[in-house]
Amino acid sequence: MPGIGSALLVVAFGAAIYCAIASVYGARTNRRQWVVSGRRAIYCVAGLVVASMVLLEIAYLRSDFQFALVAQNSSTDTPTFYKLTAVWSSQAGSLLLWVTLLALFSSAVLFATRHRHREIAPYAAAVLGGVAAFFLFLMLFYASPFDALSPVPVEGNGLNPLLRHPAMMIHPPMLYSGYVGFSIPFAFAIGALITRRTDASWIRSTRRFALIAWTFLGVGVLLGALWSYSELGWGGYWAWDAVENAALLPWLTGTAFIHSIQIQEKRGMLKVWNVSLIVATFLLALLGTFLVRSGILDSIHAFGASTLGKPFLAFIAIAAVGSIGLVVARLPYLRSDARLDSFLSREAFFLANNLVLVGLAFVVFWGTFFPLISEAVTGREQSVGPPWFDRYTVPLALVLVLLTGIGPALTWRRSSPSSLKRTFAIPLAAVVLGALVLIAFTPAEDSVLSLVMFVLAVFTLTVAGQELWRGAGARRVTSDDGFVLSFVNVVRRNRRRYGGYLVHVGIAILFVGVAASSAFVSKTDARLSPGQSTEVGGYKVTYERATAAVGDDASGTGAPIALGAVLNVERGGKEFTVRPQRNYFPSQDVAQDGAIGRFFEGEATSEVDVRWGPIRDFWLAVQPDIRALDKPIAEANRRFTDSSGDIQALVIAAIADVYRREAPPATFRTLVSPLVIWIWLGGGISVLGALLALWPGAGTSRARSIAAARVGRELSRA
Amino acid sequence: MDPSRKRRTRLIVALSAALLLAGALVYTSFSAATEAKEPSDVLASADAGKSYEVTGKVVNGSVKREGDDLRFAIRDREGTAQIPVAYSGTVPDPFREGREVVVTGKVENGTIAAERDSLVTKCPSKFTEEKKKS
Repeated sequence: MPGIGSALLVVAFGAAIYCAIASVYGARTNRRQWVVSGRRAIYCVAGLVVASMVLLEIAYLRSDFQFALVAQNSSTDTPTFYKLTAVWSSQAGSLLLWVTLLALFSSAVLFATRHRHREIAPYAAAVLGGVAAFFLFLMLFYASPFDALSPVPVEGNGLNPLLRHPAMMIHPPMLYSGYVGFSIPFAFAIGALITRRTDASWIRSTRRFALIAWTFLGVGVLLGALWSYSELGWGGYWAWDAVENAALLPWLTGTAFIHSIQIQEKRGMLKVWNVSLIVATFLLALLGTFLVRSGILDSIHAFGASTLGKPFLAFIAIAAVGSIGLVVARLPYLRSDARLDSFLSREAFFLANNLVLVGLAFVVFWGTFFPLISEAVTGREQSVGPPWFDRYTVPLALVLVLLTGIGPALTWRRSSPSSLKRTFAIPLAAVVLGALVLIAFTPAEDSVLSLVMFVLAVFTLTVAGQELWRGAGARRVTSDDGFVLSFVNVVRRNRRRYGGYLVHVGIAILFVGVAASSAFVSKTDARLSPGQSTEVGGYKVTYERATAAVGDDASGTGAPIALGAVLNVERGGKEFTVRPQRNYFPSQDVAQDGAIGRFFEGEATSEVDVRWGPIRDFWLAVQPDIRALDKPIAEANRRFTDSSGDIQALVIAAIADVYRREAPPATFRTLVSPLVIWIWLGGGISVLGALLALWPGAGTSRARSIAAARVGRELSRA
Repeated sequence: MDPSRKRRTRLIVALSAALLLAGALVYTSFSAATEAKEPSDVLASADAGKSYEVTGKVVNGSVKREGDDLRFAIRDREGTAQIPVAYSGTVPDPFREGREVVVTGKVENGTIAAERDSLVTKCPSKFTEEKKKS
């Protein structure tokens, strides 16, 4: 069976190469049939890789351990949901996911533009085919998802316990959709450069893909943060870890890109900047994919040294040199059609926002790669920690939120002083009022930077609210719409504009969550015996009793043993009970850990008990001290090593029960984190905003009529 | 001022601001960085008061709890040089004897006094070793 998968990939590789060659040949010699055939080759690639993905998924579902990949990260006792999603927990599987998404996205864009962009599209198809071919090449020669095992093992390793979390399983496809999505505007940018068609038409056709990619990537990053907060047992959602940063980098430059292309669309400016941004975003996306698996930087994500390093770096280098060279060669075609008229214009503020975003990206890039940089410069590997990142990213983030508030409320070209007064009078009043309220009624002034962030968020929210209010008011004047209908209609008719505002509102809320939860979190680590209590953030936490479950894990991760605690939490007369636990997965090392001991000495993961709340979260993780079980475990290793599985299971249950009865002191980490839920709610609002902007409607039909008009013009010329 | 000169001045101002920022970035990253070392490096030479990031394997049988503190020793990846660590704070899930960990801290009396919560465990054995074998 694995042979079929490999065969599918070989054919897909051939089709991808063919796509690249046929498209370029067709475009150069003006033979349309070659271009059409090249485009269809991409559909073929998509069909083939989807088929191989399905084949692999079926193997996972059936626990077919002929497939080495299935044996490596699945097992018969892995829960079905995690069997399905275990595919992308491995290196080879994630490459297959990458190329599958790429082929689907490419097919979608090439199908949608099949009647437009006669010049650009063939080259874009060639670039996309080339990228797909590279990933297929990696799978064929370096990390095949279809290696066969012989003899076929009876049982597999199971999925890494740390990854057994719903957010973690949706996170990779989201992230990869983001990475892959940005290759679409990249491919069209390259096509536009090659054909010297450097007007905004390539942007119009791929803008949607950029926004879709941006949304996916953002969701991926936020899901990663959610996993970190609710699964990793340390209580944070962001640690400036190399791999987190790797996902953030293309998101930052991508954010800059979706803003700056508007300036090219409206004013014909910033052409060099836009192509450079999309090239940078694509390269950073490749780098992100590579970093996760490479192990070149220390990270919790480092899944061991990979063999992909050299071909991947070579590909990134070729892509970088090729695209930069192309941009330089086409500089004469990338001159601006217009100049910046005034600093008080939307384009000036979008430009400023771009500089801040690129600045942020540079800071994150420098910090992430600092270990490599310092080793190259000083010969010693050094690294910078979160405080270094915070020093630069916090002020930049503040400026960013400010610009987010001001930018969209300005007009293109030039805003008059009177319109400025009209636009910003109310928001400024809201800022003053907001600051006073915050200082009077909350402890916000204890952290100046957070206070500034809250106030800036108030500003941004008021500007967005005011714009909507005024838009609806203007609509009521020019139509018979009633009060409610005027809001609905003004949004419906300006989806991009109000979608954008909604995204900004979500981002401002997200930053409020980040500022509040990082400045005002209360955290305690306490070692408690049953009956003892600790205080954190106004909560009294009492350890009541220990729990032990064998073969009955409530969290659905399939862990055989779960040791936990029941705690009573009290605040202002209200009480509730939390039940954090820790899941133990057996190690495979019988020789070192013993036949019974291995059930306690393998991986262990925290099942944190989080009480989400709009004002604050109560978060508690337990770390049982199983050294108390050393004696019974040693005893059991001696006596029951050769016993049957059933007896061993009984012995394990008995040992776990010792933990429940004796309840040795356990370590509890408790966090009371204000407004942290708003990080994800704000993110959700932003996603809604992006969907609103993306929703096909007036915008597309207009684009269609523009395209029709252009075809008409070309026909009349011919 | 004529427009082209104005534009040039603007460009120079913007570029020097960017350069200043980049300079600050470079300078602070080198001065604030912690150096990655192995136990033998720290034993051979360690400046008092300087923070090091030490990577090593947890020595078998060295892990002890003393009240809220965790005490263990780490050794070089290849070799026997080892140094004791005094640590407090959260112990990451995959922490085990024999595994590779990273701690950040100062060296005091031949012991690494680790910063609170600085313990990082590199991702574990079972899922990577299999891969290396294949």
